Amino acid sequence: MERRIIEVGKITEAVRNLCQEANTQLPPDVIAKLKQASLKEESSLGKEVFSQLLENAEISSQSKIPLCQDTGLVVVFVELGQEINLIGGSFYDAINEGVRQGYKQGYLRNSVLSCPLERENTNDNTPAIIHTEITSGDKLKITIVPKGGGSENSSGMCMLTPADGIRGIKQFVLQQIESAGANPCPPIIVGIGIGGNFEKVAFLAKKALLREIGEPNKNRSYAELEEELLCEINNLGIGPQGLGGRITALAVHIEAYPCHIASLPVAVNIQCHASRHKEIIF
Amino acid sequence: MRTSIILKTPLKNEEIAKLKAGDSVSISGVIYSFRDAAHKKLIDLIIQKKPLPFNLSGQIVYYMGPSPAKPGAVIGAAGPTTSSRMDVYTQYLLEQGLAGMIGKGSRSMEVKQALKKYKAVYFAAIGGAGAYLSQRIKKAEVIAFSDFGPEAIRRLEVENFPAIVINDIFGGDLYQQTREKYKL
Repeated sequence: MERRIIEVGKITEAVRNLCQEANTQLPPDVIAKLKQASLKEESSLGKEVFSQLLENAEISSQSKIPLCQDTGLVVVFVELGQEINLIGGSFYDAINEGVRQGYKQGYLRNSVLSCPLERENTNDNTPAIIHTEITSGDKLKITIVPKGGGSENSSGMCMLTPADGIRGIKQFVLQQIESAGANPCPPIIVGIGIGGNFEKVAFLAKKALLREIGEPNKNRSYAELEEELLCEINNLGIGPQGLGGRITALAVHIEAYPCHIASLPVAVNIQCHASRHKEIIF
Repeated sequence: MRTSIILKTPLKNEEIAKLKAGDSVSISGVIYSFRDAAHKKLIDLIIQKKPLPFNLSGQIVYYMGPSPAKPGAVIGAAGPTTSSRMDVYTQYLLEQGLAGMIGKGSRSMEVKQALKKYKAVYFAAIGGAGAYLSQRIKKAEVIAFSDFGPEAIRRLEVENFPAIVINDIFGGDLYQQTREKYKL
């Protein structure tokens, strides 16, 4: 069978553009959700926050000033069809080169340090964190997610026991969000991973953030849990920017995976209202 | 829109004494932006009793590391970062006369008590509104630690910079008060 050939230079070009677009264009589903949520907000300060955020999105998309100064660490999700032949150099180098060029050309902030202890800036926002999944077929999908530090620092995971069950999951999620308060820039989107193992559950929580905002899990029981959690999170009263109000979260997305008989891993990855992601399919 | 209290920097004690948690303010004048790395270095200088790059008395620090300015622009996106990471350093700066801080998110008990003791105030700006807030910055200049890039100390001239009083000098805490109000 003929394998489909993709030149990695094309990937650099695509990533370069995606980085710039993602940081200045809030996705339409997020804008629509912010508008919808602002109508439900009862707090006057909360309503002001929504109107500033919508104005911010407008200014950013027109003037190409980033939505947020924290243009993030770039997380890249790759779905690589197994019938593709990548040529012209290293695939990962090509992605990082795209990040390097995109951040320089887009006047985006370099927020990556080469060593977590020495804390010296790499000055080009690389390396990205790249997750690759091999899929069937000959398509290549690249999604880039510039993820800010404030919301990432408010995230967490816990190895619950089977006895903890749904109650334990809810308790952990609510605790995490309550203690985060205003730090992750609410209104937030809550990505939750359930199952898998130690490292898988954190990945699931992050992947859950990629879903179109508010789109329920295909499994009915998880969809119900998403709805219940959204209601309970909003009952915390944290509100937009933590200034009190009805809307703390815009959506809760759960991703689940089979797990060990002894475990019930759960992870919460919080996404700020500037839920930036952009994808391309080759 | 709620009416805002107009503040000019440097802040005077009598102005600070009038501010209450929940007040909207509009700040004009010079403020200084810096965050984690510059705090660490400033505190090292204070401990070693070495001179600081600027006089903190009556000043406001904005916890912010901007994105780069495009050609012809004053600054890039310029919204607040999470303040709690600066909690361990804050008392040192308050001892030097720092009068206000702008950031986002709640402060430690120690900082809240220090605000009462040193008569200083903590404001929040809207996190993630970096493009919106950048328009209120009319001039920006790196004045120290330029090798820190986005974390360098910048002297900013702001006009009608919008913020909300979170912690006042009387122990008021807007985050706590409003959360209790809306909790179900």
